[in-house]
Order: sequence, then structure tokens, then C-alpha cells
Amino acid sequence: MPFIPHTEEDIKSMLSRIGVSSIDDLFDEIPAELRSGQLSGIAPGMGEMDISRLMTERAEADGRFLNFAGAGAYEHHIPAAVWQIATRGEFYSAYTPYQAEASQGTLQLLYEFQTMMASLTGMDVANASLYDGASGLAEAVLMAVRAHKTSRRVLMPKTVHPLYRRVVDSIVRHQKIELVELDYDPAQGITALPEEKDFAALVIPQPNFFGCLEEVDALTDWAHSQGGLVIGLVNPLALALLSPPGEWGSKGADIAVGEGQPLGSPLSSGGPYFGFMCCKQALVRQMPGRIIGRTVDLDGKPGFALTLQAREQHIRRAKATSNICSNQGLMATAATIHMTLLGPDGLERVAAACHANTVTLLNSLVKINGVKRAFTQPVFNEIVLRLPIPVGDVLRALEVQGIVGGFDLSPYYPELGQAILICATETRTAADLQKYAEQLERIISRRSSGPTCTKLVPTATSKW
Amino acid sequence: MLIFELSQPKRRNAVQAPATLAACDDIPAHLRRRQPPLLPEVSEMDAVRHYTRLSQKNFSIDTHFYPLGSCTMKYNPRACNQLAMLPQLLARHPMSSENTGQGFLASMYDLQEMLKEVTGMAAVSLTPMAGAQGEFAGVAMIRAYHDARGDTARSEILVPDAAHGTNPATAVMCGYTVREIPTDSEGNVDLAALKAAVGPQTAGLMLTNPSTLGVFEKSIQDIQRIVHETGGLLYYDGANLNAILGRVKPGDMGFDVIHLNLHKTFSTPHGGGGPGAGPVGVSPRLEPFLPIPMVGIEAGRYRWLTEKDRPQSIGRLSAFMGNAGVLLRAYVYGRMLGAEGMHRVAEFATLNANYLMVELAQAGFDVAFAKRRASHEFIITLKKLKDETGVTAMDVAKRLLDKGFHAPTTYFPMLVQECLLIEPTETESRQTLDAFIAALKEIRDEAYSQPELVKGAPYSMPVRRLDDVKAARELDLVWRRG
Repeated sequence: MPFIPHTEEDIKSMLSRIGVSSIDDLFDEIPAELRSGQLSGIAPGMGEMDISRLMTERAEADGRFLNFAGAGAYEHHIPAAVWQIATRGEFYSAYTPYQAEASQGTLQLLYEFQTMMASLTGMDVANASLYDGASGLAEAVLMAVRAHKTSRRVLMPKTVHPLYRRVVDSIVRHQKIELVELDYDPAQGITALPEEKDFAALVIPQPNFFGCLEEVDALTDWAHSQGGLVIGLVNPLALALLSPPGEWGSKGADIAVGEGQPLGSPLSSGGPYFGFMCCKQALVRQMPGRIIGRTVDLDGKPGFALTLQAREQHIRRAKATSNICSNQGLMATAATIHMTLLGPDGLERVAAACHANTVTLLNSLVKINGVKRAFTQPVFNEIVLRLPIPVGDVLRALEVQGIVGGFDLSPYYPELGQAILICATETRTAADLQKYAEQLERIISRRSSGPTCTKLVPTATSKW
Repeated sequence: MLIFELSQPKRRNAVQAPATLAACDDIPAHLRRRQPPLLPEVSEMDAVRHYTRLSQKNFSIDTHFYPLGSCTMKYNPRACNQLAMLPQLLARHPMSSENTGQGFLASMYDLQEMLKEVTGMAAVSLTPMAGAQGEFAGVAMIRAYHDARGDTARSEILVPDAAHGTNPATAVMCGYTVREIPTDSEGNVDLAALKAAVGPQTAGLMLTNPSTLGVFEKSIQDIQRIVHETGGLLYYDGANLNAILGRVKPGDMGFDVIHLNLHKTFSTPHGGGGPGAGPVGVSPRLEPFLPIPMVGIEAGRYRWLTEKDRPQSIGRLSAFMGNAGVLLRAYVYGRMLGAEGMHRVAEFATLNANYLMVELAQAGFDVAFAKRRASHEFIITLKKLKDETGVTAMDVAKRLLDKGFHAPTTYFPMLVQECLLIEPTETESRQTLDAFIAALKEIRDEAYSQPELVKGAPYSMPVRRLDDVKAARELDLVWRRG
């Protein structure tokens, strides 16, 4: 029996100790008409060898693509030690560290994680992770509204990831919170100083969804002058190069939140990743999620424990700061090891290489006839280009060449026309960049001169 | 020692980062970082040693019996991890097209179908990233359903007093007020109280069955009738699904919406606190409201179902599709179990729980609901022990650590004084259960003969009992260079 160790002898003796004649008898409190019959829609069990073959076949059929897409998930090199250690059973199969004495490994690691995230963002404190960047932003919006007390309006620039904005709306819409969309400057690609009053918080993405660098100091000081809080939505890797939210403007952002994926989480079709959240000391009791604190034991020896649990659902129930129960502990574990192996210097080198690669790619792509940079503002790691032909067609044609070519902005930002968001991380070589440029040029020139390549969509039905 | 205390200025790992520091002069100076972040500067070996040693300070399923009630700490098969980490699966970008992921999408589609079958629901969305997010999705769907019918006066969610804290917290996040329903002396929802509580203001009832008291809600058919007759909907909290997997389908009990905790019932790892996965299943009338994206099939090809296909959806809960890697692990687990294996999950989880309960009762421990069958878990109360020796449930829990067992859940549910909520799961052998029983007996003997010993436990852990009050009063959440 899969993963059940009982021998026939065990079963017999256990039933006899209980005083029943069969396992069925143990379900005698359940009304007979509720008992399900056979699970006819579920296939018979597979051995490890057979399921390995199936999953390997499926994975190999999907193959691997040369990736130039970012849009919230970035391909980075993950040091070998990261997942070898994170998948040690002692981390992988441990529960939430409620029994602190038997969980000092996870607890100390998460305390180190909090330290690293707080330092990276320039904030006072951090929690032990949230589900992902998008839901983390929703939690930050709720937290800002709780902290502000008088206003329930939150300013949300259109330069925030469009899917994040949808997630925030899904999560906060039942709590009478108004999300006010802010336009961007069509030439620069960054948020203009808005004419808004009476708001709880302004969200500032850095870099923004277009890769453009927002004028964070001016935006922060403006929001504070209006009595609002500032939520910095940041790429943690970018912070190796960019000014951290805690130093924005004269007082710094109040909350920093973001997607932790660039720190050791594989792309993996979108998850699991982890959200992180940091804030000023004064707001710590409004922060959702688990928080680890350092304290001492009975003998005065330093140790670690979950703390401020009075904020959480298992204590406060209906009055909790959030319904959040778990976090993404294993991803935070990987991130901590990842940041440790890279150190401040390594992280900066990775960030700089990403940026340099993207700029190199940009410089070769804008030489292609009809390809133009969409915005003038300096960027980090990601750029928007306008193409002379439909982006959807280009992406399909690139895919045939084994390239995931970027993210089609046109469904989300129709005002930009045929615009594509492209990213080249440190994992792309000079040859990769050249291949992309050559293919894009070929596709555009062919399309401009003759038959289209829109018929390149594979038409065979899936074998699965 | 903290990793920061091992740090030496300028110590670097050469092979893991680019060999040179590229110039980024196009980034304006006023947007650049001025001080490097406080990250460790250690060698690869330092890092590996440090985190390996930290791991050794943890209890885990792979090292210890973990009878943590309501948490279903069963064995996490290694094949699930290996197959979810195949290089192609890890490398796939979430924004790449469906053409690049037919194999991946097939696995997700199959998982949706598998969960539909085993829960008896009409449709499933995999996207919630945790049980609490599944709960949020479920209650948001209840709200969307009532709103779509113009039935907007429903303002209240009913929750039994034994429920997990996430239930009331979730209801509040969805804009509802919460009314608690008491439990009767046998551990069932108090039907009279329920009847008195329901009305035109009732949006729904959230219920865990078997309940957190470790017993099956025998009157579930009456409960569903009472709630449905007033126009409310019934929410199934899947926290305890392991108890009935393959034996009873929540859909057959009349539930309109459920969430599953794949990190419990489908053996994906807890990872020291996450990631989990909390798929939601619904009856036909709630299907239009399921969170997106979901996986559909059209002309033999798998594709994402999005806003266009599901205009009434409660929306998105994660930037992409949720915790894909966790879902893959659950899928591999489900395929290895197959139909037969799933039936056996509930059977052997129940066998182990009842065996443990009967043996402990025979040994003189007080079972909270002694007249009832245990489901996959049960409660013992140590009130007598506390009255006679001063040793509390917490003391016993800590002493168990010294004996090599993770503690059961303590002080939850709050209805039972000095309680231990014990869930052995199906993957533990009789021999392990017997050793656990022996340890509890030893501790009870110690409580009578040398109570101070038990009150001072643990002794063999990396630290002794921690000062939680100091932790909360003198907050030390990040390390600072001293």
C-alpha cells in the first residue's frame, strides 16, 4: 500500500485492541448514505518508475526555451547549494515553528532572512514572508488603510504590474477600499505627480512594470506632504543597485513589499515564489504574517521564537490583521541561502549584469527597422519596445525558434500600440542576445516584405 | 552564531556570480544605492555548514514522529519533490505560451479532475496559494453568488466555536460579520443554536467535518438542510479531509464550496511554514465564480481559462497561477496513490487514530469525547494531571520533545481544557505509535514523581523554554551590527 507501513498482522492486532472487526466499523458514525463508492474517475495507482516516466516525458515534450520574458518573474542562476540545502528533510518536511525549542533551525534562519530583507529595503523590520508579490501588495494596501485610520483610498499607478492590480482588487474589494488608478507620462513611462488629496497610501513601483525607474524621492515626499503613507513595491535584486525604499525622499517609504522570486525561486510556471514585507518600526503591529523575534531561554541563552502572535488569526480570530496562516517558509529558506552565497558584492554583480545585458540587447534591437524604444526614462533590467508588426505574431514566430520573446503589453496597455516588454538577465550570453536580435530582424523584415508567419502556431493536438 | 557573525569583509564566492561588475552608468546617481546591504560575506563552505547545522536543530517529519493535530504531518514522498523539480518544469516562464507547456498543463488539468472526483464537486480551481487563501476564495464566491442574484442583505457568516481562527478572519476579509455557533457535549454543532441563528441575514456556514474536535459531524444532513432552507450556502473547510479521503465526498454531504489543503491531504511538504496550496471546489451553481486562471481543454489542447472565459470570476489571487510546484507534487502523489490508495488514506489514518485513542484511554488518559469514534485525530485532556501535579499540557508537550517526539497540538481547540489534539496520520507504523504511548506514560509517571522535571522541560533541545514575553515586549526582529 502506498506510504502505509501496516502489515496484515499489525492491522489484525490493532483492530482487536480497538475492539472492532474491520476498518469499516471505524466509520460507523458516518451515515451510510454518505459513504462514497469506488472512485471510478481516478486511475489505478502508479509505481515510482511509471510516474517518473510520465512526468519526464511530459517535461521533455515541453522542452526548454531561451527566455527573454520578465514581467514579474525572472530567470536567474541559482547556486547549486541553495536547493540542495533547502530540500534537506529537516527544512523541507518541518511544520511552522510553533514548538520553538524543536524549530531553532527554521527560526534562526528566518530571523536572518528578516535581517537581510530589512537591510536590502532599508526598512526597520521585516516579516517571515507572504504568499507572493501580488498578494503581498494587497496585504500592504490593507495594512496602510489600517494604519492611516481616516482614509480608505489608495493610489495605484498604472505602472504597477497589471496582474498585481487585479489581485489587489480581488483581495481588498470587500473592505470598502477605493483603488484610484494613476496615469503615467506617455513619453517617460513613469508616474507623474498626481493631483490627489485624502488618501491612505500611494504605491510606488521601482522599477515599474515597464522597467522604468520612477522618481521615487519626489513621489515619496509628495505623498507624505499630503498625509499619505508610501508603499514601495520593489524587485529585491534591483535593490543591490537602486536606492532602497527606506531612503526614498526625506522620510523614506513606510512599507516595502515585493516579489521575492529573483532571490532563489525557480520560474516553475509561476510558483511557488514568496512575497516579502518590511516596514517602519512604528507600523510593526499592523504587519500581517509571521514574525520571528530573538529572545532568551530559561538559562539566559539566546534563542528564537514566533512573536507578536496577538496580531494573528489563531489568536485574534475575527479581529486579526489578516486571515494569513502559512507563509512561504521554504522559499524564504532558499532566498536566505541564496543571498548568503552571493553576498552584497555578488548580488550587485548579478543585478549589474542583468541591467547591462538588457541595455546591450536594447542597443542592438533599436537598430532594426521600425523598432523603437517606447519611453525615455532610464530603466533597470527590462524595457518596452514598439514593434512595426503585431507583437503576438512576433512572439509566435520566436517561439518556433525556441525563444520566449517577451511579454505582449497590447492587451493591457492598448494605448501603447504594438508594445513588447523584454528582459535579458545575467543568464543570457552574448550569443543569446545576438540570436534574439537576428531572429527579430528576420521576422520583421519578412513580414514587411511578404507572407506572414502567423501560421506558425503548432496545430497538432496535445498528446496528453 | 548568526551568519552575520561569521562574515568577513570582502570574503567572496567567485563562481556563483558574474566575474565582473558591469557598469550601470545610465542609472542616474540619485536613484542609486549608496550603502551596500547587510548581507553575509562568507565562503560557500561556511554557508553550507551554517545552514546544514541550522537544519539539524529542527524536528521534521523526516526525522521525528509529528502527531500535530489538525496539521496532517504525514510522510512527504521524495519522488514528488524530484519530479516537480525536473529541469524543464523549473525553467518554464509563467508568461510563456500554452504551446510551451502542454505537458505541464496536462498535469494541472488532471489534478483538477482528480480533485473533482475525490471531493464530489463540479469544478475545481487550483490557484489559491494556501488554505487561508482557499477559504478567502470560497467565501468570496459565496458573496459573489448572493450578489449576482441581487440577494445583498446577507451579511453574516456562521462559524462553529471550535473552528480554526482562519474561518472568522476570512469572513471578515470578505466583508461579513461572524456569528459563532456553540458545540454540544458530544462535540457536534448545537442544532438548536444553529436553527436560532440562521435567517435571511445568513450568507453561509463554514464547517470542518470531521470537526477540530476529532469527531464526525453526525447531523451534517440536518445542518445542510437548515442552512440551505434559509438560502445560505455551506462551506467545507478541508483542513480535516484526510479523515474521509476516499470514504465520504464533501459534495455528497451537501457542501457548495470547499477548499483542500494539499500540504496536508496530498502530502506536499510544509517547508517550515509553507508554501502550501489551497485549491477550491464548487457545486455547479458556484462554478462561474471560481478564481482564475484555471486549465481548460479545447480541441485536444490545454489552455488557460481567464477573465474572458469567466467574466463572473472572483478574480485572481496570485500574479500567475498559484503555487505550481506544490500542485505538481500533489499530482505525483495522487497518481502514485490511485483510487485504491486514496481510500486507504482515510482508512489507515482512522485506524491509527482509534488505536492510539483506545490505547491511551486504557492507559488511563482522559479522552475528551470518549463515547465517540476518533476520526483521523482525537483529543485528550490533561486537566486531572494538572490539578493533581501542577503539570500542564504545555509541560507534557515540551517533555515529549526530550523523548524524541514532536508535541501534539496544544490548547486547540480552546473548548477543551489542557488539551492535546493528536493526529498520527496513516504513514506511521504501529511500532511508532506504541513508542509514543510509552513516552506519554513515562511523562505521566514523571509528573507524579518529579513534577519539576517535567515543568522545566525540554532539556535536550538546542535551547530550553524561551521567554515569549520578552520576545514580544523587547522586539528584536533584525540583527544589527553591535
